Parts: sequence; C-alpha cells; structure tokens
Amino acid sequence: MAQDGPQSQTIAVIGGGIAGVTAALEAAETGYDVILIEKEPALGGRVTRLNRYFPKFCHPTCGLEINYQRLRKNPRVKVLTMHEVTAVEGEKGAYVITARRLPRFVNEKCTACGECGKVCETEIDDPYNYGLGKVKAARLPHEHAFPMRYVIDAAVKGTDDEGRIAEACQYGAVDFSEEEEEVTLNAGAVIWATGWRPYDATRLETYHYADSPDIINNVEMERLANHDGPTGGKVVRPSDGEPAKKVALIQCAGSRDVNHLPYCSMICCLASLKHAAYVLEQYEDAEVHMYYIDIRAHDKMQTFYERIKVDPRIKFIKSKPAEIHPGADGRPVVKGERTIDRELYEESYDLVVLATGMEPSAKDISASGDVVKDEDGFVLAIESGDGGQVSCGVAAGPFDVALSTQSGTAAALKAIQAVGAR
Amino acid sequence: MADETKIGIYLCEGCGIAEAIDMDELEQTVSSEYQVSTCKRHAAFCSEEGVAVIEKDVKDGEANRVVVAACSHRVMTDRFNFDGAATVRANLREQIAWTQAPQDEDTNMFAADNVRMALAQARNTDNPEGHENVVKSEKLLVVGGGVAGLTAALEAARAGTEVTVVEKTGQLGGWTRKWSRLIPSRPPYRGLIANNTEELIKAVEDNGKIKVVTNAIVARTEGMPGDFTVTIDHGGSEETDTFGAIVVATGWRMPDDMTPYEKYGLGKVDGVMSGVDFEEVLAAGVEKDGKKLNTIAIVIPCESEQMPYTSGVADRIAIKQAIQVMDTNPDAMVYVLHDNLRAHGQAEELYREAQDKGVVFMKAMVKSAAAGPELTTDDLLLGQEVRLSGLDAVVVMTGMMPNSTNPDLPKAEKGNEFLCDDVNPRVPITVNGEDAGDGDAARAAPSDADDEGAGVAPADCDPENPPLPGGALLNLQYRQGPHIPILYNGFIDSHYICFPYETRRTGIYVCGAVRKPMTAHEADNDATGAALKGIQAINLVKESRATHPRTGDLSYPIFGLDICTKCRRCTVECPFGAIDENEEGYPQLNPSRCRRCGTCMGACPVRTISFKNYSPNMVSEMIEAVEQPDPFDEKPRIMVFACENDAYPALDMAGVNRREINKYMRFIPVRCLGSVTLVWVSNALEKGFDGVMLMGCKSGDDYQCHFVKGSAIAQERIGKVEETLKNLMLEPERVTIEEVSIADSKRVVDLLGKFGDQIEEIGLNPFKGF
Repeated sequence: MAQDGPQSQTIAVIGGGIAGVTAALEAAETGYDVILIEKEPALGGRVTRLNRYFPKFCHPTCGLEINYQRLRKNPRVKVLTMHEVTAVEGEKGAYVITARRLPRFVNEKCTACGECGKVCETEIDDPYNYGLGKVKAARLPHEHAFPMRYVIDAAVKGTDDEGRIAEACQYGAVDFSEEEEEVTLNAGAVIWATGWRPYDATRLETYHYADSPDIINNVEMERLANHDGPTGGKVVRPSDGEPAKKVALIQCAGSRDVNHLPYCSMICCLASLKHAAYVLEQYEDAEVHMYYIDIRAHDKMQTFYERIKVDPRIKFIKSKPAEIHPGADGRPVVKGERTIDRELYEESYDLVVLATGMEPSAKDISASGDVVKDEDGFVLAIESGDGGQVSCGVAAGPFDVALSTQSGTAAALKAIQAVGAR
Repeated sequence: MADETKIGIYLCEGCGIAEAIDMDELEQTVSSEYQVSTCKRHAAFCSEEGVAVIEKDVKDGEANRVVVAACSHRVMTDRFNFDGAATVRANLREQIAWTQAPQDEDTNMFAADNVRMALAQARNTDNPEGHENVVKSEKLLVVGGGVAGLTAALEAARAGTEVTVVEKTGQLGGWTRKWSRLIPSRPPYRGLIANNTEELIKAVEDNGKIKVVTNAIVARTEGMPGDFTVTIDHGGSEETDTFGAIVVATGWRMPDDMTPYEKYGLGKVDGVMSGVDFEEVLAAGVEKDGKKLNTIAIVIPCESEQMPYTSGVADRIAIKQAIQVMDTNPDAMVYVLHDNLRAHGQAEELYREAQDKGVVFMKAMVKSAAAGPELTTDDLLLGQEVRLSGLDAVVVMTGMMPNSTNPDLPKAEKGNEFLCDDVNPRVPITVNGEDAGDGDAARAAPSDADDEGAGVAPADCDPENPPLPGGALLNLQYRQGPHIPILYNGFIDSHYICFPYETRRTGIYVCGAVRKPMTAHEADNDATGAALKGIQAINLVKESRATHPRTGDLSYPIFGLDICTKCRRCTVECPFGAIDENEEGYPQLNPSRCRRCGTCMGACPVRTISFKNYSPNMVSEMIEAVEQPDPFDEKPRIMVFACENDAYPALDMAGVNRREINKYMRFIPVRCLGSVTLVWVSNALEKGFDGVMLMGCKSGDDYQCHFVKGSAIAQERIGKVEETLKNLMLEPERVTIEEVSIADSKRVVDLLGKFGDQIEEIGLNPFKGF
C-alpha cells in the first residue's frame, strides 16, 4: 500500500466462537495476519458446549477439530485466550483495542500433563458446564480444549493448593504472580464475533428458574446430554439424578417479548426439537411436551420439524405458560391456558427446559467510530459499508451456526477490503 | 533435501511417559533394531531447551527426518516443526502413558511398536513440495446476475479482483429488481425500505474491474482452479476466457411442479396468484387490471413433503407484502393464513408492524379454494371451519426451487445421475451414534468401475427423487459429469453447517438461493463470503496448496502410470471429481481440484498412487514394523486404521480422560477412511495381525465425512473383504468397520474392548509366526 494506506494490516477478531474462528481462518488463509482474541481459556465459545447440531445431529467438535487443525498449521493467526475486550476505538486502518488480560496462572510452558490437577483439592463450579457440576480449580477447560493448556482458578490463591500446585508442575508452567492487566492491541480492521449469552432466566420471574434445580435453560440441557457433561450424557433431573422422562420444553423464554428480548432468537425452536430427540432417544417411555407460540423452522428446516413431529411421544401445545414453579412434591409444575382449546392446564414434569433466547455479548463492550449497536446490543457495520469494523455471528444478529459461519466468511472479506487488499 | 536419509529420534520422558514406559528398554529397541543417526532423551522435548536440541541436530545435518516420540500429533504442532526435516510423531502420551498400566510388559511392547511404526513412517516420508504452478488466471467468474451474483462481483472487485459476470437474461438484477419494496435489514427493523437493486447494478456496471456479459450462458468449463477455461455462449457466438475460480449465483425459480399449489386455487381459480405475481400488483399500487384490491388473503403453505421448496422465506415475504398493502391502502383487509408463522430473527419486529397496521393473522389451514375467489379453511385457533369470501385476491407463497440446473437447457446426456440426492432428511433419526442401517454404504459408492464410460453408477439414485431436469450450469468437462453435486431438494452444498460454501467441485463456490432459500438481504451477505472463498482458492492454488479441509497442504497424489491398469477406480471414486482420463484411458490428475484425501490411493488396486508423505508403501511398512509376539505368548495384535479427523481425536480424548484402551491395539491415523486400501487390510492379516478395525465417520444420509464419501466408500470396499479373508482361510469377523464420531471418547474404548474380546474368542491368526 502507498503511504496513505492503513497503519496496520492486521485484522483483529474479537471472540473465538465458531463465527470468530471461521472469520480468523478465512482471512488468514487468504493471506492476512489475524489476532484472534478470546476471553475464555479455550476457543469454541458456545458451540463447543453443545452436544449436537440441528438438523444433522452431528457434533460441533467435529467441525471445530478441522478448524483447530487449520489453526495449528497457520502461523498467520495469533490466538490470545483470556483476553476480555473492553473497548474498541480508532478508525479504519488504525484501531486500538483495549482488553483485560485475565490471569491464567499457567504459562505457555504447560504441557497439559495434569499433575497440577491431581494435587489440587479446591473445587469450583465448572464454568464449562455452566456451573452444573464441580471441577478442580486447576483443570484442562475440557477434553477438546484448544489450546490444550491448563487453567487455574484464583480460588486456590492463599490456600495450601497454591504451594502444592506450584510444586507439582515440573515444567515451570505455573505462575501465581500473574495479575490482571490492561493491554492494548492495534489492528487495521476489527471483526466483532462476540457471540451471545443465554437470556438471564431469573428475570422471567413467574418461571422460578432459580427456585428449582429441575427448571433449567436450553444451554444447560446441552450439557446434560453431552458425553463430557456433568451427567456423562444422561438426561436426568439435576435435583436427584433420576431419569428425566417427562420433560417440558418452554419456547420463547425471553424472546418475542418486548419486556425482555423483542426479537425471535431463531435457534430455540430447532434446539428444543433437538432436545426432544435427546430425551426420546434415551427413554423409550419418554413424554415430551413442547409449549410454543410458533414452531419456527427457518430456511429449509421444516423437514427437520416434521421428522421429529411424527414421534407419538412428543406433544406440541400452543401456549405460552403463565407460570412454572416447584410443586408440592418438588417436581416443577407448568401452568397456563392452551391457546387452541382455551383449556387450563397444570402439569408436573421431571424436568422443565426454558428455551432462553440469545442476548448479544457485545452489549458489554464499548464501541465507537464506524460501527453502531442497535437497541438490543447487536453490532452493525455503518450503513455505507466503508468502515473497518464489521460483525458476524450472533454479534450481528440472532443467527444459527450456519449463518454464523457464513457471516464469518463474509466478514473476513470486508475486513480484508478495509486493511487494503493486496 | 539430503540424499541420505538421516533419522533423529527423540524420546520424550515428560507428562508421565517415563513413569509408564521403560525408557531404557525403548532406547534399546531403537538402537538394536534401527540404524538411526541419533537417539536422544529429554524430560520435555516441547520445552525451549528440548526443541533446541532437535533444532541443533537438524541444523548440524545430524537429522533430516525427525521422529518425536512424545505426545499426539494433534498437540505441540507448531513447536515440533523443523525447517528442512520431515517430522513424524509417535504417540506415547495420549495413546499409551495415559491409557495403559504403567511399567507393564504390554505397555512397553505398545510403546516399542509405536516407535517402530514412526520409524517406518519416517523412512518412507518426505516433505511435500507442491505440484507445478497451474495458475493461469486470477480472475473470478460469477454465474448469475441477480443480487447474489452482483454482490459477489462487486465485493470481489473491491478487494482488487477482476470479475466477469455472466447473466442468462438481458437484464441484471434478477428477481429482486422486480420487487418494489424490501424487508428492512437495519434498525428499527420495521418500515419497508426502497429497492436499491438499480444502484447495485450501476455500481457493478461502473466498476472498471467488472465485465458484464448478458444474454449469455456458460457453454463449457474445462480445467481446474487457477485455470478454468470457460466458454461463454453469448447469443450463439462463443467466447473463451480463463478464470481462477467460479462463484455460482444462479438463484431460484418457481417450482417446476406447481400442482401441489392447486389446492389453494393457484392456476385453477381466477384471482388466485403466486407471491411472485402479486409483487407486480403491489408495484402497481395494489391494483390489478385497473381495479383496486382491498380484501386479500395471503396463504403460506408449509408442508415440506408436499411442497419441498417451502421455506421460512415465504413467511417473511408474506408479512412484507401484507404491510405493503396496508401502507398503500390503510383501509384494506389482509389475512395472512399460516400454520407456524416463521418470522424469525428481527422479522419479529416486522410481524409486530403488520399487526399494528391491522393485518389479520390466522392460524388456519386451507382446505379448498373456489371461485370468487374464496377459501375454506380450518381455523386452528377457533377450532372450526372458517370461510373467507368476498376476496379480491388470494396470494399463494410458492416455494423457491434452486437453479442448480439450467431449465432452459436439455438434460445433460452424461453425468446427470450425479445430481441424485445423496442426503435424505427424511430417514429415521438416529442420534445415538449407531449406524443407521446397512443400506447406506451400498447406496453411496459405485460398485463397479469397469462399466465402460458410464460415469458413476447411479446406485444412490432415489427413484422418488429423480435427478432434476435441465442442463448443467457450468457444463463441467469432468470425467464425473457436467454437474455440481447437490444435496437434498437440489441445493448445491456439501457441509451446510460448518463450511457452508464448500461444494464437491473445488474452486467453485455457491451463494444465494441456489445454496439455500434466502431473502435478498441474506443473499447479499452470503455473496460476500462466496467472493472471499473464490479469492482464497486462487491464492492457495498459486502456492500449490490444498483448499478445504486440508487447507494449505502441499502434498498431492502422484500416479505411477507404468503399472496402472486403467481400471478407473480412482477417477470414479474421487469425491471431488478431481481426476479425469486422458485419451489413452490413464488417470489424469487436475492437481488444484484435488483435496488430498487419498481416496484415489485407497481405490487403486495396484498401489501406484501415492503422496510424498502418505503412501501405500509407507503404511504397509508401518504395519510390518509392528512386532508380532510369539503365538505361545497369546498376545493378539489388532490393527486400527483411524480417521485423523474424528476417530483419532476421540482416541486422544480417551487418553486425556485417562480411560484404559485395550492393550493389544495398534493405531495408524489415516487422512480419511477413503484412503484405506484393502491391501493394508490383507497385509496386516498376512503379517500376523489377529484383527483389523477401520474407524471412520458417519456415512450415507447426513454423512459426517469431511471428504463427503470417504467413509461410505470404505464400507463398500470392506464389504468385499470377506472374499479375501476366505482366500486366506480366515474368519470374516476378524475385520470390522465402525462409525465413530469425535464425541465418542468413551465409546471408542468400549468398541475396542469388545473387538479385542471378540478376537481373543476367535483365537490367534494362524499366520502368526510365519
């Protein structure tokens, strides 16, 4: 580029979920340098925690594995984990990204041998399992973690574990002197791939999510069904570990509601149909009730819906439940009125799954310059499309995985244009 | 590369390896059995000092092949990467130290075998150098001048790429140009927006890097990425140009079969029209034949079985059209008849706008249509029949049929069978990882390659889903036929969740409604990604590197034609149609079409296809390198060929979880099960292995093979192994194939355990010891 070109030709991708990983790789494989910035200790974001994808029932780690193979072979992508971006400033060609570097207490000398985990006695709520189970404070984030490196929770600081862990490591990889610090990164273009979090179900007051372990949300259901989840893949009641055979799936828990999330989160109906399949597969005498407003099978997914629908053990009830609460026997009870025949119902279940919607994580990050956020927190490139900041995946809108990978690829080209295509 | 092979082997003692394995004994095995240049031990070769040890040896010419006996090849890849020395990994950590009883005799035997196999591999491998440069053009061809095609062209041009757009009609802009108002894509997500297609057309026409050819189709496409020779038929006169990559954006059409819509009166009752025709009415101010239309019912059919091209796009367009009517005439009466209203994403706001403007949404199924027009419906909310009469118009949202063929052209004579659906979403759901059935393998792969000039045997043709009508879009002059293979319902795609742009024809990417049903705005974003993939493919091919999924790989198959029998199995089985036949009938590789999966290698009965770093000989020597214990020791050996993309990671993760793996197993990672030749299976049995297991991805419907057909082809081949076993007087149960997913880190352990037990029950291979 001529001297009036961008100061930096590096593309920064914020968020190492499926959209961000895709965007980073697509740009790097086209010949551009990329910094991939992830706040968690490993890549993969929401999808690595999913059991399966609709409509193929294939495993998210399968596609991630290919992407990690691509990352391992591509020196153009610099992966930063445990970097939480707080602000993006500047303009096309010269952005400054501010991030909090969170202490991992484990440096790059870690071999993932596991000795620190063996001696660690402190347990924490497993963040990988959304707190559904306990995990050692010194741990590999999960079996498919990339990078394959341990992380130690600050909970061990000041305990006997601290000394034991430091001593157990034979590779000089444990470093308790690490402290949170602010770092700045420079880039010529920024791809927002910050993803989402499930809508906070405690805000749906009448659904009493916090009052029963057997009222869970949809991302927790994925962990229950996953072979490396807290139950080893058995869909059971979190309260007592008994089989969850009679299950209610509650659609639009937050979504399509101007008091919560005004938009439709797009994925929940199909994810719930998938959850129905998990239960139906595990228990021959299963009974699944899906409470819905509309079953929104987008693109060509109608076929998927029709496939699940034929199972006589699943019942679709058009109704938005008025209340969900723990019953006298402890089992959660779903109450409301059926929209079709106006009959009132009050039915108890082994497990109730709230199909909580997707809330954009970009809400928390300060953005400025050539990017706008809509009222819901989704990030949009400026209307002219001439800026150096673009978005993809759920940072851009309520998308499914196919749209996230697709938009990640598109974002890579927009970023390449911004840093000055060679 | 030095002439003489000098192997340096590095035995790592870290991560529990030295605790589990007798390292002195292992070193002894190496020095007594092999002529290596150097054998070193270190507490952690991945450490800075450890890497420096190896680097020094390479630099000093001590080693031009490096064997790192440490962790799995899936980790520390960047550190164990040495300029000037091919690196091979022996998995002692995940596979042995973390899965076997420490300091056990069998554990040490396992470790010795892994090292032996790695040494055999090292002797038979070399760093690949990449094929000759084939790039003759870095231009992009875009087929289709609708919103998707125009956007792809413009976005590619903005990134500096020269583009030619070929449009079939005389007018750019496709369907979208005809719509008077569009769905908003930005906040506040309500309020229809003006159609900006004319601006898009102008931007394309004004762009110096874009050449537009209208009234033209692609008559023929020859060659490969970097060198596609394309003949463009421009109203009868032909013009030839060369392109680096191709974006297909041929969009959609009304379904060829409109009979399912007759129950709504379409084509039968006056006043009933399609959503497409209704756009003209909307553009004319909601007037038809000079008459204002005030009372309108918009019907959204959604039963996918009857109407296979229905999609969620219809619902959003119905809402848009309803709003447009109300915007033009606030006193109008619009009913939208739906089952589940699919206003997903931000379209919820549009739905709200329509309700605010008085549109009546009815959850109702149309039973019949009669003159008037009037509709008899089952209103699902009222639970009763509701008749809508006095309507000025009934609008039926018909489906979007992908233009994966050109309906204006006659069916291609040869290769049309390749358009058969090979994924059927209506098969019963199996989510437990077990094989769905035996039928898949037989359907998925051609059984007889000797069939003269027949292309791929259409064994996978579903009679209920016959090939689509029409001619080929690009008319590919490929041995496997002129079409781009499709998925269910005719959409061109191959891995629509993780890798949405990939097709089974390298360097050819699809976007817009030919890939999946989408709105104009969605097509816009979709096209941008396809443009990137085209540019990326050209860049990779310039460096002789592979595209997805082995992106960047420099290795490529080399054909030893001197012993080739012209059996054509390689040209038929290649999942990507990369291999043609020359005039003499010999295979001719188009290197940049190749994805490097090795399916051709697995297909070749005379073992004359090989990669520099992956060959029939290399694996045969690895098989032979495993020591077969004396039969009196009663220690079976079982060879497992594991797909490196899913099965092998699952095995690694069994190690990460410290799950015990059957101690008699020996593993060889393979690029894809499609690359496994039966010769390896018989080799293993002849050398005394007591059993052989192939571990690959799910095949058939809803396949999960990254190379689409590799695992299906492997199943097909294994189906024939029984004969080989009979000839060897061996039990057929000694050879098995298992579909394994990457999430099977528990299940693989059980599978291996059971197979091990089964082999022990059958007894040792009588060949052992010979």
